Amino acid sequence: MGQKECEEAVSDNRPVNLDLSQFSFPLPAITSVIHRATGLILFVGVAFVLWAFQESLSGEESFNAIKSVMQGFLAKLILWGILSALLYHLVAGTKHLLMDMGIGETLEGGKLGAKITLVVSIVLILITGVWIW
Amino acid sequence: MVANITSLGRSGLYDWMVQRVTAVVLAAYILFLLGYFVATPDLSYADWNGLFACTAMKIFTLMALISLSAHAWVGMWTISTDYLKNSVVRFLFQGTCGGIMFVYFVWGIQILWGQ
Repeated sequence: MGQKECEEAVSDNRPVNLDLSQFSFPLPAITSVIHRATGLILFVGVAFVLWAFQESLSGEESFNAIKSVMQGFLAKLILWGILSALLYHLVAGTKHLLMDMGIGETLEGGKLGAKITLVVSIVLILITGVWIW
Repeated sequence: MVANITSLGRSGLYDWMVQRVTAVVLAAYILFLLGYFVATPDLSYADWNGLFACTAMKIFTLMALISLSAHAWVGMWTISTDYLKNSVVRFLFQGTCGGIMFVYFVWGIQILWGQ
């Protein structure tokens, strides 16, 4: 059977892939998507972190070299970016663990949790920015 | 129940648990390091090298590396099964992620013990 016959042979009330661009996302959905996106960013960011880690432990000279590289604007921006992704991922992950324990599992709790996640991580990201510069 | 041969533990519940246990280890490690950086604003090579010369810190770092590998695998697997509908593309993506994760893991061990 071809694909067309297969599609006709099954009933019509099967789940379909919804067109996500047609939906307005509730806040908890947005914070969940950012949690995933930051996870992906961190997966790539680990390469930079390991490289810096390696250089920092390769001897006093390369330690000082890394230290002076980290004074540059671009390096600070990359560091801030990785730390921002990390902090958001950490805060959103902590919210997940709390919800696993049964805290804030209601609809209202979920909405409040999403707001708290955003506010707390934005505050932490700003503090980190000040700390880096 | 759908058995999925690419998921880490071949069971969603197992992967769910791995994701959380590794998350706690990673959170502890990250908070420790951030605290260390905040507490020592003018970090010297002697301090830094001394910290990672400790057996306890090597163990803690290795724990974090293992946790990172498992945590990232479950996370990337979850993303790929949600968004990549084409099985060949998904398999290649998962394979690439697994490969990168393995490189990170071996590289991390080499940094810890290979210097």
